[in-house]
Amino acid sequence: MKTCLVVDDSRVIRKVARKIVEDMGFACEEAGDGQAALTQCRKTMPDAILLDWNMPVMNGIDFLTALRAEENGKKPVVVFCTTENDMAHITQALRAGADEYVMKPFDGEIIESKFAEAGLV
Amino acid sequence: MLPEAKYRFLSEDVKRRSGLVLGPEKGYLVESRLAPLARTEGLASVEAVIDLMMRGDKRLCEAAAEALATHETFFFRDKTPFDLFSEVIAPALKPSRAGRAMKIWCAAASSGQEPYSLAMLIDEMSGLRADILATDLSGKVLEKARAGLYTQFEVQRGLSIQRLVKHFDQAGENWQIKPELRAKVRFEVGNLLDDFSRYGRQDVIFCRNVLIYFSVEEKAKILARLAGMLADDGYLVLGAAETVVGLTDALKPAPGQRGLYVKADSGASAPVVFRSATAAA
Repeated sequence: MKTCLVVDDSRVIRKVARKIVEDMGFACEEAGDGQAALTQCRKTMPDAILLDWNMPVMNGIDFLTALRAEENGKKPVVVFCTTENDMAHITQALRAGADEYVMKPFDGEIIESKFAEAGLV
Repeated sequence: MLPEAKYRFLSEDVKRRSGLVLGPEKGYLVESRLAPLARTEGLASVEAVIDLMMRGDKRLCEAAAEALATHETFFFRDKTPFDLFSEVIAPALKPSRAGRAMKIWCAAASSGQEPYSLAMLIDEMSGLRADILATDLSGKVLEKARAGLYTQFEVQRGLSIQRLVKHFDQAGENWQIKPELRAKVRFEVGNLLDDFSRYGRQDVIFCRNVLIYFSVEEKAKILARLAGMLADDGYLVLGAAETVVGLTDALKPAPGQRGLYVKADSGASAPVVFRSATAAA
């Protein structure tokens, strides 16, 4: 079974996202910030990461940069999922190694479409 | 989130006016389709639109129904037809179309996602030029198509982020197809029941998910006329639930390619028919 790590500081968003990725057949793990996500990735590298941008402790873009520098850190498909909805943020994310980008608000169809674009389903 | 009573009023009113069913899970659709209406009406929110509707503003009720009924279409819808274009149609036609633009007609273009998706694919291929004509019955949806302006919701289904960055500019809350890509598609109001021979010979015709709205007789007539416009080695692409079989002898399915049709008398791939020589006794 493929695994997906949902990284968001909002418990509500994590719950909604978990339901969507589990319905798509992923086993789901959660993290509340970038540092917790990095710790989780060092234990087990997931296949996919759904990543918020603005979080306490370590934000999404710093997490992504750190992740890509890790051993095996190129493996996960990283899909940003954020309210940062402008071209400057999108290009910054792509340069840092993001594979896809979801602009909030999102729904199941958008996540599924973006996971398909990224070759996950 | 809209209060339940207001959502219920909206869905009942819309259903009565256009037949569209808005289930409780369509909150995002309502928000994304009615937010532009709220803005053009100078109202603070979608909820304010519904408040006025509940107070009997008939004009606003109709505007809301129309905004919500907009035919569902998205970029690279169904994916397969676009894979067929890249992997079958373009490679087959490219050698003989060198030095001139390939002629493509999208015969039910709606708000433009289909012709723009094709324009993106062609832009990504080297050595291929195309003249894309996009027609639709509704002048209103073609206005939107021509502007190439799409909501955040619309650009997130079927479209990769790389294509969004490459082919769109941000326009406030919306996203607009870049002028150079918009310039590659010509939009015209057109009815499939009218004479459309003025569009001239086409190398590729996309006519998806529209024949289902016509009677069998009309379907047969339209298909025969489409076949008449198709280049001898051209391709017709229909929707997944549509076919030419039993409707016209002028077209046949392309072997092994679902949704793809060629002229019945087109060269090499035609089945060999052995005729009996004993008929003229």
